[in-house]
Amino acid sequence: MEAFNTFFGEFLVWLPNVQLAHFLIVSAILFALGIYGITTRRNAILVLMGVELVLNAANINLIAFSRYGGANFDGQVAAIFVIILAAAEAAIALAIVLNIYHRFQTINVDEISTMKE
Amino acid sequence: MTIPMSPDTLIMTAVSILVLPLVGFTLLLFFGKKLPRQGDWLETSIMTVVLGLALAVLAQKLQYYHDDIIALNFTWVDMNNVPGIGPLKIVLGFQLDNLSSIMVVVVALISTLVHYFSIGYMHGDARYSRYFAYLGFFSFSMLLIVLADNLLLLYVGWELVGISSYLLIGHWYEKKSASDAAIKAFIVNRIGDVGFFIGIAILYHTFHTFGLREIFEAIRGGHLPYGSEGWLTAAGVLVFCGAVGKSAQFPLHVWLPDAMEGPTPVSALIHAATMVAAGVYLVARTFPMMTADALLVIAYIGAVTAFISATIAVAQNDIKKVLAYSTISQLGYMIMALGVGAYTAGFFHLVTHAMFKAGLFLGSGSVIHAMHHALHHQGDHQTDAQDIRNMGGLKEKMPITFWTFVIYTLAISGIPLTSGFLSKDEILAGTLAFGGLSGHILIPITGFLVAGLTAFYMFRLVILTFLGEHRGTHRLEHVHESPRVMTVPLIVLAALSTFVFFSFNPFGAADGWIARAIERPESVTPASVAPATNQVFEEALHHAHLPAMGLSLLVATLGILIAFATYYWRKISADRVAESLRPLHTFLANKWYFDELYNGVVIGGTLGLTRALRWFDNIIIDGVVNGAGWLTKGTSFISGKVDLGVIDGLVNATAYITGFFGLLFRKFQTGKVQTYIVFAVLSVVIFYFVFRLV
Repeated sequence: MEAFNTFFGEFLVWLPNVQLAHFLIVSAILFALGIYGITTRRNAILVLMGVELVLNAANINLIAFSRYGGANFDGQVAAIFVIILAAAEAAIALAIVLNIYHRFQTINVDEISTMKE
Repeated sequence: MTIPMSPDTLIMTAVSILVLPLVGFTLLLFFGKKLPRQGDWLETSIMTVVLGLALAVLAQKLQYYHDDIIALNFTWVDMNNVPGIGPLKIVLGFQLDNLSSIMVVVVALISTLVHYFSIGYMHGDARYSRYFAYLGFFSFSMLLIVLADNLLLLYVGWELVGISSYLLIGHWYEKKSASDAAIKAFIVNRIGDVGFFIGIAILYHTFHTFGLREIFEAIRGGHLPYGSEGWLTAAGVLVFCGAVGKSAQFPLHVWLPDAMEGPTPVSALIHAATMVAAGVYLVARTFPMMTADALLVIAYIGAVTAFISATIAVAQNDIKKVLAYSTISQLGYMIMALGVGAYTAGFFHLVTHAMFKAGLFLGSGSVIHAMHHALHHQGDHQTDAQDIRNMGGLKEKMPITFWTFVIYTLAISGIPLTSGFLSKDEILAGTLAFGGLSGHILIPITGFLVAGLTAFYMFRLVILTFLGEHRGTHRLEHVHESPRVMTVPLIVLAALSTFVFFSFNPFGAADGWIARAIERPESVTPASVAPATNQVFEEALHHAHLPAMGLSLLVATLGILIAFATYYWRKISADRVAESLRPLHTFLANKWYFDELYNGVVIGGTLGLTRALRWFDNIIIDGVVNGAGWLTKGTSFISGKVDLGVIDGLVNATAYITGFFGLLFRKFQTGKVQTYIVFAVLSVVIFYFVFRLV
């Protein structure tokens, strides 16, 4: 506990020194996790969740660049647009997934390959 | 004929004389079969009208325009300046002088009589209307020769009579011998015509005109072909070549006897009276430009022809063959007369010969017609209706034919009171005068010898045909005199074979209208190469006249007596004479082996040449062609290999490589979004490294 308190106390001291690179690292990790989810999951819902992660990684980037880069709010406006877009995308994608499930009785993307050849 | 016609009317009448038979020909050719009686009346009446017009023209010409030449000229081609040739203008035309107006009457007269005769002779023929059409066409062509005043038009007519002769000889073309004879006549004539054509070409090249009068004027003015007298002689001889072919002179006489395969009236019209006389007419037309050398050639050709064919005629047994050789012989006479300078006599003989020889042929036609009829009646198809050995004694059955035939025979033998005597006597006097002037003594000797031979073989023909016993069983009973449409022309021609129509003096034609109308034209050639002038010749002729008359009477009488002694009184056995002179008789009976000679030399030579050419073709030309073929084949074999191996290899290699990469890249297209995303991320990573390095 002593050790944790010590680390936390030092972290709080360091916190005001958070730089752009830290946000970018977080966003990169988020982006990599998203890609990983997209490519490795076979469940369509999980693939969509991966896409949401990628989008949110982009949002972090936009806001970070907005905060540290220029003196305006362009990046934050764009992030809001992306959130709206992601909501619409999620609605349509879930509708598609529901239709697919209704038709194929599965949402495993590997098995949904009737349009291939 | 008391009102003189204007010259224009006269020449236009002459042109209508020319055109009328052509109209008849055209109508008959297209509508002949549809007309009643197959249109024989049409052509015959057209010829009768033509004869009337011709007589009117002759009377007018002699009465009012005796010494004039009436000409009608028109420009046929006028091309001003042709590059490389110079001014090109060809003027054609017709002319009426005494020579042509008399000739027109002769042609129209014989043609008309032959038309009438043919109505009887050709009755029931398969191509009756076609026959009359061709007769009309022939009359047109012959009149074109006669009326032409230039060499081009004359040559056109010359070829047209050639083709009508061909058509009429081959009238019965189902018979092999008839079609062969037609072809032979055409080809042999063509040989002479080539010479004629070259002659015309020389004259045109020099004088740039075809007009005969213009050519004579130019020569008189000292303008010679290529500036040389030798070329003038050559041109004369070449033009004479045409006459040699058409008038069946040695060495081109072989076609005329074969031409007897045609219907007999055709033989009378074309191959006795008119067409074969065209050669004589041509020589008479071109007489002024003939040099002494050319005339000498002409005289010798005529003499040789007369002699050869007279000897052949003695040994022939076919009635028409005898007459054919007699025709050649008489044509030789005319040519010889022109050659020695007896111009008037030569043309006079043409006129009289046309009458009695047409008569002889029509008479023989009448005999053949009767013999055919009799043989047909007996169902005999083996016996030759034209062989005089199968005849004899026809006199009683065919009195009109017999008596007219005798008159013609007397005329051709040169017995006084006939037309033949007048003209023949003139010719013999001419040859005698020429022999005395130039020293060519062989020509008069041949002339008299042929006169004796003529009398002999013609009386042999009469005796064997009409007199004595008939050589055939019961055949004579079926022989009948020919119908009137055939006998009337015979009587007309017999009347025309007497002296009164030509001269009122039975022993000399010097005062007759022909002698006055036809005067020997003065030569236009340079004095150094000219024949004896008219004056010199007339002088010699005057002295030669009486001896010639005596001698010709003597040889003719001798010939007739020998004929009677041999074939009528049987004092001399013809068989024994023939036996003792076997080689000579065989030689004559085979016509001097001319046909065999030509077969061997000309046809054999042609065949040999063809064989050589065929060998050349087969070995050399074909070898070259085949070699080229092999070469091409080899080349294409190699290029084929190159194509298959190299070109196709490259193409296939391209395809294989493309296919390989296709298969390779196909692996990436999995159709799974996840895979693509992996690729996209990897690509971005790779690009990052790539661009960072750069």
